[in-house]
Parts: sequence; C-alpha cells; structure tokens
Amino acid sequence: MEIPILKIHDTLIVSIQVDLSDELVLLLQQNLLQQISQTEARGLLIDLTAVEIVDSFMSRILTETAHMAQIMGTNVALVGIQPAVAMTMVELGVYFKNIPTCRNLEKGLDYLAAIQTPERGVST
Amino acid sequence: MNNNSVTCVAIGSEGDIVEARQKGRELSKQIGFGLTDQARIATGISELARNILLYAGSGQVILNIVEIEGRRGIEIMAQDQGPGIMSLEQALTDGFSTSRGLGVGLPGTKRLMDELYIESTFNQGTVVIARKWIN
Repeated sequence: MEIPILKIHDTLIVSIQVDLSDELVLLLQQNLLQQISQTEARGLLIDLTAVEIVDSFMSRILTETAHMAQIMGTNVALVGIQPAVAMTMVELGVYFKNIPTCRNLEKGLDYLAAIQTPERGVST
Repeated sequence: MNNNSVTCVAIGSEGDIVEARQKGRELSKQIGFGLTDQARIATGISELARNILLYAGSGQVILNIVEIEGRRGIEIMAQDQGPGIMSLEQALTDGFSTSRGLGVGLPGTKRLMDELYIESTFNQGTVVIARKWIN
C-alpha cells in the first residue's frame, strides 16, 4: 500500500492517513525523494493531521526525510501535528530538529509561498 | 482480574509492532483513557515492541487491564528470549543505544508510563513491565 503524493503547482503534498509500519515509513521516504527529483518540486508539505502516534523510529525517519529533501533543494514543512502527538513526542524525547512545522496545511502553503521567491525570469 | 481482558501479540515482524500498538490504543480507549494517554500508551508499546524485534528478533507483548486498590489501568508486558540487556543503567539512560536507534526507547517509555520495571538475564531474555493508571 503506497501513500499518495499529490502535486499542486510546484508543491508536493503528502497526507499520512494510516498507522505506518516501519517499512511503509521507509517506502514513503524513498517515494518522496523520487517525486522531488522527477517533478522538480520546490516545496514539500508532510501532513500529520491524522497521525495518532509518532514514535522514535517514525520521528527519526521523518526528520531524515525532511533533511534529505532540503539537501535536494526543496523547502519542507511538517504540518498538522496533533496535541497528543506533540506531548508524547516531547515526553518520549524525540523532536523534529531543524524542520519547520506549521499548524495546518493552509498555514504550510502560506509558509512556502512566503519563503519561495518567484522563479528567476518570471515577472511579478 | 478478568482473564478475558488479556491480549497477546506475538512480535516477529514490523507489522506486529503496528498491531501491538493499535491493540493497546483500543484497549486503553475502551477502559477510559483520554486521547493523550492513549497516545502515550500506544507509543510506549511501539517502543517496547521495536526493542524486542531489534534486540531479540522475536517475543511477545501482553496487554492486560489491571485493578489494584481501586485503581484501574493498563499493564504492558514485553518479553523476549533474547540476549538480555547488558547494563540496565545504561539502557535507561537517554541517548544510549547499542543499535542505530535514538536511545530514547526505554527511558522515553518510562516517562510516558507511570511505572516501568525491567528484568533481564544474560542470554536468557528480558521482561519489561510498564503500567499506566487512569487518573
């Protein structure tokens, strides 16, 4: 089962709606990087609104994925983290280090729009 | 104690980790834990189940409703016949890991739960018991 990756203009959006096994988190990482490379997307939003738990493995792989996407030149934000997830993550001792987070998808899109200057050659 | 409330999940693959934490979430919801505690319990189970897979290869997670002195809660027993934990002190230290993990599994789970006990014998296995009580 693959997690669908949507593309709207030059932003990739992935919304995690299922309880991901370790295997699926790694598959998602691979697919996301591939999509970034193929689509030349400038932004990536990972939506965690429906995610009920983030354990140490998932936090590590999501953090790595976001850093990999950044290295590839993509602006990344994690969006929609639920209160119970935020509390559990901090108590567990795991963090999304150096990864921008936004309250929801809409704020994430606003964030990307704000930091992404128009492509060179495009008049504003 | 009601024996019908015992849930046992054999841990032998990554999918079993998901099953164990989902069963833990269901059980904790069923006995009246709030959303945040459900997340704490499910996350703790996930960490303990992954430790089994990572260090012992296989084992089991047993979930139980416990009632002691009028208090109600959930008990997670994670057991394996693996190599055992060399140093319990180190295993409960943040950032210490003999695998490639973050080293938060046991100390983190201890913070998420109300009680956590470890019994480990070299080359015989490990039993971790964690409990969370309904406030």
